[in-house]
Amino acid sequence: MTTSPRRSATRVSVALASTLLTASTLSGCGVFGSPDLVIYNAQHEQLLDELIPLFEEESGLDVELRHGKDLEMANQITEEGEDSPADVFLTENSPAMTIVDNAGLFTELPEAVTATIPDDYVPSDRTWTGFLARSTVAMYNTESMTEADMPASILDFADPEWQGRVAFSPTGADFQAIVSAVLELEGEEATRTWLEGLEANGVIVQNNLVVMQSVDSGEVDAGIAYHYYWYRDREENGTDSDTSALHFFGDQDPGAFLSISGAGILASSEKQEEAEEFLTWLTGTEAQQAMAESYALEYPLNPDASLDPAVKPFGELEPPQVDVSSLNGPQVTDLMTEAGLL
Amino acid sequence: MALLALVPLAYVASYVVIIGPVDLWQLIARPRIAELLRNTVTLALACMAATVVLGLALAVLVERTDLPGRRLWHGLLVAPLAVPAFVNGYAWVSLDRSINGFGGAFLVVTLSYYPLVYLPVVAMLRRLDPALEESAWSLGHSRTRTFRTVVLPQLRPALLGGALLVGLHLLAEFGALSLLRFPTFTTAIYDQYGSTFNGAAATAMAGVLVLLCLVLLLAELRLRGDRRYARLGRGAARSAVPLDLGTWRWPLAATVGAVVVLAIGVPAFSLVRWLLAGTSTEFPLGELTQALVSTVALALAGAVATTLAAIPVVWLAVRHRGWASTVIERSTYVANALPGIVVGLALVVASLRVVPVVYQTAGLLVAAYAILFLPRAVVTVRAGLEQAPVVLDDVAHGLGLGPLATARRVTLPLIAPSLGAGAALVFLAISTELTATLMLSPIGTSTLATEFWSASSELRYGAAAPYALLLVLVSIPATVLLMRTDSPATATTVVEERVPA
Repeated sequence: MTTSPRRSATRVSVALASTLLTASTLSGCGVFGSPDLVIYNAQHEQLLDELIPLFEEESGLDVELRHGKDLEMANQITEEGEDSPADVFLTENSPAMTIVDNAGLFTELPEAVTATIPDDYVPSDRTWTGFLARSTVAMYNTESMTEADMPASILDFADPEWQGRVAFSPTGADFQAIVSAVLELEGEEATRTWLEGLEANGVIVQNNLVVMQSVDSGEVDAGIAYHYYWYRDREENGTDSDTSALHFFGDQDPGAFLSISGAGILASSEKQEEAEEFLTWLTGTEAQQAMAESYALEYPLNPDASLDPAVKPFGELEPPQVDVSSLNGPQVTDLMTEAGLL
Repeated sequence: MALLALVPLAYVASYVVIIGPVDLWQLIARPRIAELLRNTVTLALACMAATVVLGLALAVLVERTDLPGRRLWHGLLVAPLAVPAFVNGYAWVSLDRSINGFGGAFLVVTLSYYPLVYLPVVAMLRRLDPALEESAWSLGHSRTRTFRTVVLPQLRPALLGGALLVGLHLLAEFGALSLLRFPTFTTAIYDQYGSTFNGAAATAMAGVLVLLCLVLLLAELRLRGDRRYARLGRGAARSAVPLDLGTWRWPLAATVGAVVVLAIGVPAFSLVRWLLAGTSTEFPLGELTQALVSTVALALAGAVATTLAAIPVVWLAVRHRGWASTVIERSTYVANALPGIVVGLALVVASLRVVPVVYQTAGLLVAAYAILFLPRAVVTVRAGLEQAPVVLDDVAHGLGLGPLATARRVTLPLIAPSLGAGAALVFLAISTELTATLMLSPIGTSTLATEFWSASSELRYGAAAPYALLLVLVSIPATVLLMRTDSPATATTVVEERVPA
């Protein structure tokens, strides 16, 4: 040690003092302020980062976002219960909404909020509303496959002929929403068999973007994901979509399942009015059109808004009929854990 | 503090009891767990072996031979400490997506973690008394045999401690392994948590992980044995005579250079490449600044809180030895056996049920950091206090100083360097912490690590690059502080730090 003991002691105490000051600023209101509306957001972060400033400007409200994943946030809200700091909850997929709804934490939405959304995408008790939709698709590598090689049903991917040839990302809420649709449409036994087949055959990857890249690079012949990953890539630079194409199952197959992004207001929120204002705006034509024109390329649910015509039209998707409030997240997780996917 | 540290373990234990033995067995005895166990154990063993070999070889080359440019190499070889493992993983996988699975994980983790072995071995080599080796030579032993029989045994604590630290880090590693698509218990717990929160399967996995950590801690304790290699006097303060490498000088220098290129050249190249070429690269100054400020503030606050919390624990353990103080000290290591996600989850549940007002405040987050990283501060500060002779306190008392004045004027200055080293280690750990931060941070807080993570997991490599770069820059001062092993106090603290058990 070259410094004298006293000097280094002084230095230590100065460092201590300044750090404690920083800590107290952090925990006080100085840095974080007190927002008008707290949104727990599990929809794509980038989309909300584009959208929220528009709402803030129009309403004059100050919105704070907390980002996370669907089921993680749904469970966190359930755990928080009455003490939840959240006013609004937004998800990518509806099973997460069902978890919070089953815990009785949502408040019934006023007519104004759901007026513009078709009834199919609002649960009958009107505790939340859909605001965007995404279609399940299979992507395939155009160098090794043709449209004719693709199976008629998503259930066929469990067949041994797909051994090592199909990629999917079981840990994300996206795939779990697809499983919940299979469960609802085909029943528990068929879902179990399907998941076991996928576990044996499939190539497990980190997320849907990696699904797309694996298909594009020829690592696998096909992959299960949602439509917009491929369209977004094509829109931006086409790096991953130029050797791949989309296969829409259609024909009410479970593989044509439309997953709904949901929005709901927490009953515990003291900002009911602001929250209603936000949801009414979110389902209104202006915000729906803004989302349709954003990078996201998900289907707006308000019929007055329209998506880029390059994307397969909403009316041609032929999705199966699924009651949005019946999709069961926890049972899906149990089945997937049983099949060794989680 | 010790009680707080037990919250996560109590959480896991009580949940395991709630699950009950039958369901627990069903959750554990399934193929997925076997796969995770195989992955986790093989990767941990392979990386511990590789980092020991690499760390030892590099330390001997740099410290004990006439390798050209030794001082420069030393700096470059420690530098990977400033590159978080998940940034390194991102660098490799974004250059070539085929780098994944076991091979990729082994490569990236070894390159990120070897300084944990290299640094304590270097520090130990510097402190060894060359007279012992000279005596061996004078008795006719060859240099190789002398190294094997005289030097190597003395390096054992440093090597074992380093290997243990690599193992513990690896068991808790989430970011790098998730990016490299190699599932282990920690990544699987995270996936489970994402689906079920507070779920039985996740907790069962955490239980298995705790057992793995205990096995590791016991194995290290056992291998270390009871033998002590301490010497009595301080010995002569001089360096050992460097080994003449002869014609091997340049090829070996090139090999060391290759390690440096792989360990910091690749991440540097990858970062710069993405900064320049990434389509999603942008410099949102406001967001970058906000993330930078909250990272530094949280890391500083956490480092100070953790180091302060370590002082009483260490004081009891060193100055008032007894079973009670030992239990208190050891209990702080328990949380080390759990990944941030489990500690975070335990605190979410505990704070919501007991003290809801602290939920999602910076204070709770700092408490989580203290629980996670207290062991780093404890071992480091302990080494410093062990070296501060009690007799000095007694003299101060004899000269009429009260206990507080003694602490301020005698003890504190003596342990100041180890407080600094401990705080530096904690700072490095906090600035790269991901999972607990994601769960517990106040609404609206973003740190460099969380922002980096959200960009890189959406494969927006270009957007992730500025955050990764800032993370590296923020880590540099703490790394430099740790690197200056020249002063004996710091040298010891680094050595001892690697030997938590």
